[in-house]
Amino acid sequence: MTWFELNQDLVWDLLGRHARLAIPAVLISVVIAIVLGRIAWRWPRVGSVVLGISSLLYSVPALPLLIVIPVILSVPLRSETNLVIALSVYGTALLAGTAADAFRSVDIRVREAAEAMGHSPTGIFWRVDLPLSLPVLLSGIRVVAVSTVSLVTIGALVGISSLGSLLTDGFQRNIREEVAIGVVGTMLLAMALDLLIVALGAVLTPWQQRTKAGATT
Amino acid sequence: MGIEFSGVSKTYPDGTEAVAEFSCSVPSHRTLALVGTSGSGKTTLMRMVNRMIDPTTGTVLIDGSDVRDLDKVALRRSIGYVPQAGGLLPHRKVIDNVTTVPVLCGTPKAQARADALELLAKVGLDPSLAKRYPGQLSGGQQQRVAVARALAADPNILLMDEPFGAVDPIVRRDLQDQLLALQSELGKTIVLVTHDIDEAFRLGDQVIILRTGGIIAQSGSPQEIVAAPANDFVRDFIGADRAERTLRTVDLDGRQVVVDGDDRPVGVLS
Repeated sequence: MTWFELNQDLVWDLLGRHARLAIPAVLISVVIAIVLGRIAWRWPRVGSVVLGISSLLYSVPALPLLIVIPVILSVPLRSETNLVIALSVYGTALLAGTAADAFRSVDIRVREAAEAMGHSPTGIFWRVDLPLSLPVLLSGIRVVAVSTVSLVTIGALVGISSLGSLLTDGFQRNIREEVAIGVVGTMLLAMALDLLIVALGAVLTPWQQRTKAGATT
Repeated sequence: MGIEFSGVSKTYPDGTEAVAEFSCSVPSHRTLALVGTSGSGKTTLMRMVNRMIDPTTGTVLIDGSDVRDLDKVALRRSIGYVPQAGGLLPHRKVIDNVTTVPVLCGTPKAQARADALELLAKVGLDPSLAKRYPGQLSGGQQQRVAVARALAADPNILLMDEPFGAVDPIVRRDLQDQLLALQSELGKTIVLVTHDIDEAFRLGDQVIILRTGGIIAQSGSPQEIVAAPANDFVRDFIGADRAERTLRTVDLDGRQVVVDGDDRPVGVLS
């Protein structure tokens, strides 16, 4: 009997918890990073300050952050909310700069022509800037997704269950297989999420696939 | 009525004067070609019509009303715009590019698509291209789409920003012919920006040659300008002294053959 066969239910449960912590954090990071990136793109001076602060936040070690967030926002230390907020801070910090670059990657000729045709400023954002910044944005989201999935394990140190719990438990009780399953499980989840984003990207940017495949004369 | 520029100037915050005291009127159903080198303010002038740029002083009137009193977005939707190469929406299929303005204005999608297919045929594109993305078309085809897109909401005014500047000379000629044919049928009021004097002469009913800072070097019909260049700048710009502009006829077996300054034949008098 191996450890895995005896503890399958626990592993699947922790995998589910892990995903439920990582995915909301990635989604929140994407939304906030797009807002910050847009601000940084629109007002470069404000932007350099915003991006500076966000990369500073990225350098805050994870454990202290998990202790500071409950103090500032009065959420329970061991709650999933605490960890999701912390992961969102890191995700946003990682993605905001890329989001600004993504908006800068949109061809100015396309934006100006769209404006001259009578798109409103909101219309430009939703119909032109956001879709055309997707290729760059998606590459950043992939990095954030993978990094968030691996960071979730830190939560186990303050008692927030995830595949990370297998690491802490396995080390304490010296069960090598449990540690290995924690590591491999985390990596597989990260890879699955990455594949999902790549597939989503292909669906959302059909013009890229077609233009690459189709011959242009 | 048409379009009227009345004493417009544009000075940028850094002090650059793009346009100085420019006045001119474009009668309805006519084509004005603004021609000049870069920095001559020709694009700035064109952009004042759809308020992509507001003049520092002076007014632009469309059918007698000051464009500044009109809502920017509504004004732009009422004016057709043909951008330079690369101005199509790369993430939208050809058909969706063409239906952009009608859809923004609330035309039902099915109706807009049916109209768009007709327009594509009109600008000489096979309807099978409708489902492609702009990146899958040649440069010339893309600019045909751009013309169809500008015409989609049936605007009275068409602004064209160096529309055929980036295609090769043979395709350019084709596109110019197509535009002339469309114009004789549709009779839009057109403001065309170009740096190519031959294009300005071919397409413009009225041509304004601009020098740096948006100063009119000469304004008139192509014939008037060729017949009497106002000054050395114009003479130089239109290449009045170039061999191919000084034609004469020689008699050859009873036919009047037209030759240029280098004695190269250009055609026969009919």
